[in-house]
Amino acid sequence: MTRAIRHTAAFSFLLLVALLVNAVRVQLIEADGYNANPANRRASIVRYAQPRGTVDVGGSPVTGSRDSGGRLRYERTYTEGPLYAPVTGFSSQLYGTSLIEHAEDGILAGTDGRLALFPGWGRLTGALRPGGRVETTINPAMQRAAYRGLDGRKGAVAAVEPRTGRVLALVSSPSYDPNELSGNGASVSDAWRRLNRSERQPMLNRALRQTYPPGSVFKVVTATAALESGRVRDIDAPLDLPDPYTLPGTHTSLGNPAPGCEHASLKEAFRLSCNTVFARLGVDVGLREMAGTAERFGFNDRGLRIPSPVVRSTFDTRMDPAQLALSSIGQYDTAATPLQMAMVAAAVANDGQLTPPHLVDKVTDAGGVLVAAGERRPTQEVMNPATAEQLQEMMTEVVAHGSGRPAAIDGFTVGGKTGTAQHGERNEGMPYAWFVSWVRNKDNHEPVAAVAVVVEDAEAEREDISGGGSAGPIARAVMAAGLR
Amino acid sequence: MTAPAAKRAAGAHPEGTPPPSPPLPKRRGIELALLMGAVLLSACGYVVVGFARAHPVPSGAAGYGAGLGGLALLAHLAVRLRAPYADPLLLPTAVLLNGLGLVLIFRLDLETPADPAAPAQLVWSTVGVGLFIAVVVLLRDHRTLQRYADGCAALALLLMVVPIFFPAVNGARIWIRAAGFSIQPGEFAKVLITVFFAAYLAANRNALAHTGQSVGRLRLPAGQVLGPVVTIWLISVGVLVLERDLGTSLLFFGIFVVLLYVATGRTGWIAVGVLLAAAGSAAVGTLEPHVHGRVQDWLHPFAGITAGRGPGQLAQSLFAFAAGGLFGTGLGQGHSYLIGFAQKSDFILATWGEELGLAGLTALLVLYALLVGRGYQAAHGLGDPFGSLLAVGLAALPALQVFVIAGGVTGLIPLTGMALPFLAQGGSSVVTNWIIVALLVRISDRARAPRPAPDPAAPTAPGGAR
Repeated sequence: MTRAIRHTAAFSFLLLVALLVNAVRVQLIEADGYNANPANRRASIVRYAQPRGTVDVGGSPVTGSRDSGGRLRYERTYTEGPLYAPVTGFSSQLYGTSLIEHAEDGILAGTDGRLALFPGWGRLTGALRPGGRVETTINPAMQRAAYRGLDGRKGAVAAVEPRTGRVLALVSSPSYDPNELSGNGASVSDAWRRLNRSERQPMLNRALRQTYPPGSVFKVVTATAALESGRVRDIDAPLDLPDPYTLPGTHTSLGNPAPGCEHASLKEAFRLSCNTVFARLGVDVGLREMAGTAERFGFNDRGLRIPSPVVRSTFDTRMDPAQLALSSIGQYDTAATPLQMAMVAAAVANDGQLTPPHLVDKVTDAGGVLVAAGERRPTQEVMNPATAEQLQEMMTEVVAHGSGRPAAIDGFTVGGKTGTAQHGERNEGMPYAWFVSWVRNKDNHEPVAAVAVVVEDAEAEREDISGGGSAGPIARAVMAAGLR
Repeated sequence: MTAPAAKRAAGAHPEGTPPPSPPLPKRRGIELALLMGAVLLSACGYVVVGFARAHPVPSGAAGYGAGLGGLALLAHLAVRLRAPYADPLLLPTAVLLNGLGLVLIFRLDLETPADPAAPAQLVWSTVGVGLFIAVVVLLRDHRTLQRYADGCAALALLLMVVPIFFPAVNGARIWIRAAGFSIQPGEFAKVLITVFFAAYLAANRNALAHTGQSVGRLRLPAGQVLGPVVTIWLISVGVLVLERDLGTSLLFFGIFVVLLYVATGRTGWIAVGVLLAAAGSAAVGTLEPHVHGRVQDWLHPFAGITAGRGPGQLAQSLFAFAAGGLFGTGLGQGHSYLIGFAQKSDFILATWGEELGLAGLTALLVLYALLVGRGYQAAHGLGDPFGSLLAVGLAALPALQVFVIAGGVTGLIPLTGMALPFLAQGGSSVVTNWIIVALLVRISDRARAPRPAPDPAAPTAPGGAR
């Protein structure tokens, strides 16, 4: 009997050991998989159990948190939702996050390992650190000026600081209020459906995620290619290019909105926005050179992050000469985001040096201790400084004596380029009004801001749509706000 | 007493002759110290839950500590007076488990303020300790139970049949509801049946081991010897199948096989038992939809998620254990309420695993191992076969229960609803476990006491070989 009791005892302990081994399997070995299972609500409960860190603009928060008292306790609030929606994005218990809320989610939610007191903190304690703060590069005055300027019309504004690549304004209109998407009630799902179904696409970030045919503002790029390739050496020498211009290999002839293009110099053609001249220059420079220049400006780049991904702006690399001619005046398949065109203006203003844009200035923990500086990418040379100087002269001329006059600011040097882009079937869609510009202090040559504005104004008369008329004043207001 | 010795002693005085040994120290002081530690630990747990939930110290903390301390002290006094040689670890372990169970239920009540379970559990724990004291004081010698073995069997069967006449709860007819109280008679039946098995097998072990037909190398015991036990067991299992309480029927089966093995010392019984259990499980698992679902859930715990129904209870339980990791989230800071239904009863271990982690779970299993191990220890040091068998059965009961329910909620074996001894919500279970501990205390007192003079009034085994 004694032996049998011993065996029974041993068997009982074996059962307990089996339980322990299995517990090790569930609690340690397979735990990560269980914790990451989307059906496991713990991660989101923990995540929403504390107030989310703030997104700051100009040193003060534009986001907050509201205690809902529910299971997913803290909901996101936005002080000026529609104004900053293209910057912050939304943070929703139901629909996740977007833009900065998404890109910096780890910091804001407190899950980022860089916030931890020591490596492995989260694994050991299962607790989150208080959410950190994300300081953006946005200039609130410029942001407001851009938002007011668009005034609910469909369009977008992107402004960057040429030397540093700081994004100063990022506005998409019409906008939406991300407050409507915070939380997880029925009102949130209703708002989500309504916003996504809306004809006017309020949740589309037109500054980063929408490309438009750039039209005449692309002539900045074409002019750069012509100068860099040596096709044009003197911007004041007459070019004597045919007007109208028959596209190579076709019977299509291209005309100009204004007379005086046949014997114009590059500077003059730029001021008059001569389609014939720039289409021909593009063909003369050649596809490789044109595409190369566009790509140095940032076209065809899938990898641009600010830190949210920016949609690729396109310049085709396989075209026949006729398509190349159209592409060189910003038509055909050429398409650009407003941010991309702001980068083009910034590269010109910064003497040919392009600093990739970034939106996050710095990231701190809840106590204000620096966690990381925003991502900076190295500056690249788009053109040599001499070319940049010639382009600056040409763009200044547009504002001084051309279509860009609405953008002039007293006491500062402003350069710009207007554009009106045809689009749609046989160009029957409402054209887009474009304006790209930069402003510089007269005395110290320091470029303050580069701005791109696009207005897709389906309300106005067709003739009224001109880059100078619709978009110029907005650009001026944004630049002026930055100078104050 | 070794098996050969047991064979030689057939027909001798039922009370065996243990080898002479120096008297063991009583160790009552150690028991008192351990009890204080157990009460303090439980009270600390109560306070920690309060702090974790950003409340001040829970208003009931002092009362809770004092109440548990008072109960522990009374139980200790009963042991000190009536079972002075009892194993000093049994009572503190039980008090600690019961105290921690109350803390856990108090903690889970915070998630369901509308449906508190802690007050009732506290009342039942008091009843349990009261019964512990009653057993220790009134039952002077465990061998008395041998006389009532048949009565125990009858009462157990009665208790198991009664719930059939009451409405089913969650598919199982195991409750008697009266006057706002619900009792699970099956819990009490476990002890009664164990007493009957132990008594019957103690009386008939020689007959079981040495009579009957031989089939090849396997000698079958005589039918008339095995008959009554198998009959009782079959009836009880039948009743359980009717009541959809398969965990308990598995438990009965396990206890029966274990006691049969210990009584006869023949490993053949284990083989037969395992085969029968496997066959029975397979048959029931395929035929019974309720059980079939449990097996499917065990094989594919995440099937509900992939089907879009959300995680099932077992998946939620696994999530809870995984969230605990090595050290747990801390008392009161887990999210085991996501398990929902039965979080305070069948799944209470998941809360423990999540909030105290693998470390806490290991500690808990060690506590159970102590309780069970001390039971076997008592069986080991005892001279009389009935006492040994009873102690083995009473120790195997919680061991098997812990394995079945803990294995179920951690995905080791299919889940069968069963109360985790002392921890889970359930009055009948707590009371029953206190009775088990009381009986083990009584037996261990006898095992560790200096050898008493032979008791002329010792009961004789019913139907014993004479």
